[in-house]
Amino acid sequence: MESNQYDVIVIGAGPAGLTAGIYSSRAKIKTLIIDTGTIGGQMILTFEIANYPGVESTTGYQLAKTMKNQAKSFGCDILSNVRLTDVEFDGKIKSVTINEKDKYTAKAIIWATGGRSRMLNVPGEKKFKGRGISYCATCDGDFFQDKEIVVIGGGNSALEEAVALTKYASKVTIIHEFDHFQAFEHAVLEAKKNPKISFIMESHVQEFTGNTSLEKVRIKNLKTSKITEMSIDGAFIFVGYEANNDFLKDKEIKLNDWNEVVVNSNYQTSVEGVFAAGDALAKRYRQITTAVADGTIAALNAIEYINRK
Amino acid sequence: MLQTNLKHVESEAQYSEILQNNENVIICCGRMGPMCVPVYDAMEDLEKEYTNVKFYDMEFDIPDAHVIRNLPECRGFMGLPFTVYYKNGKVVTATTSIQNYEQIKEILEREF
Ligand SMILES: Cc1cc2nc3c(=O)[nH]c(=O)nc-3n(C[C@H](O)[C@H](O)[C@H](O)COP(=O)(O)OP(=O)(O)OC[C@H]3O[C@@H](n4cnc5c(N)ncnc54)[C@H](O)[C@@H]3O)c2cc1C
Repeated sequence: MESNQYDVIVIGAGPAGLTAGIYSSRAKIKTLIIDTGTIGGQMILTFEIANYPGVESTTGYQLAKTMKNQAKSFGCDILSNVRLTDVEFDGKIKSVTINEKDKYTAKAIIWATGGRSRMLNVPGEKKFKGRGISYCATCDGDFFQDKEIVVIGGGNSALEEAVALTKYASKVTIIHEFDHFQAFEHAVLEAKKNPKISFIMESHVQEFTGNTSLEKVRIKNLKTSKITEMSIDGAFIFVGYEANNDFLKDKEIKLNDWNEVVVNSNYQTSVEGVFAAGDALAKRYRQITTAVADGTIAALNAIEYINRK
Repeated sequence: MLQTNLKHVESEAQYSEILQNNENVIICCGRMGPMCVPVYDAMEDLEKEYTNVKFYDMEFDIPDAHVIRNLPECRGFMGLPFTVYYKNGKVVTATTSIQNYEQIKEILEREF
């Protein structure tokens, strides 16, 4: 078999893709996993993982490393930090091109590209990333000792991180677009009873401004359309996640209205031989455990599909 | 010490020596946090490709890391890691917070 011919190519090396790789390579199915970023996916973005059964509290980095080593120990090839530049999923033999020049073929594909934090996409957001704007409270919280900050969002992450940031900041203002929060009741109560936290509801952030660092945020009240400017030292953005399926737009694989991959009960997409797993799917609960379960089922179905051919 | 496969800068003296003896240097100063790990990972891959550049990391919380923390080029930085690029001992570019493989590669291509 030529070196660029595989039985299955897994796209994405988060928990779903790594699990798929563990199962398929252990079944002696020649497997390649490719990832545009770091092996581990969103696990790398997680400081502490306390709800992965069988593993006492660990870091995302450690869990990712263990999964990667497991996959490699069964003979799985993994390429990280590459650019996915083309895919051809129709037909019996599928192909994937990386970095515009290296083409790999396989009998089956497992799409496991996961998701990413949503950006606000307002002026100034890119410019002040790392200069006052952050997406990780645990990483950057201590730069905001005794500073005044805003937290944007209304889900569990926003409210929990706002509470965590009061350890450093002197004042935390939560800005949210609705008149109620989507977060669990206990997270809302925790935030409401914290004396350092105040709320600006039914409002959108329109722009971040400043010189070399973030200095001000412009806020629009959605009910009155009134625009106000607030002086701040930092802004933490937690406005949800979106699936990494941009590459599949205008391709043959069926997506739902939110750009999530639709699969049947065998985790096969609308294209024969192309399976999908993890946060990239249209599904309700996005956790490492569910990604691992999806990866298992997708791999077992892909193995059966390959062996049937 | 950071758990990476990069070479580590562990003191101010070593830092000065590295800058004195090498034309092209990149040092990523951070912790083992979510925004830092992807940068080390990309650097480990790029190190194989760019043999004309010396790749290092440095732990943000050791006292000697003031050599990076207090650089004028890092003023206003509030996101880990601080990644600094040096040519002949002088800072040519510095970035704050997470950068992906392509972004780092673009700077290496441009500066070195
Ligand atoms: C801050 C944070 C904390 C969390 N905490 C927990 C927790 O405590 N417990 C828990 O169970 N879950 C937690 N989660 C959720 C959990 O991390 C995800 O549900 C899980 O990682 C999803 O796995 P995945 O493999 O589907 O996708 P991901 O982990 O997102 O991995 C997808 C991979 O695909 C790659 N990729 C994307 N696009 C492409 C492309 N076009 N080509 C090639 N590769 C591509 C990405 O680089 C990434 O490495 C947390 C998430 C975050 C962000």
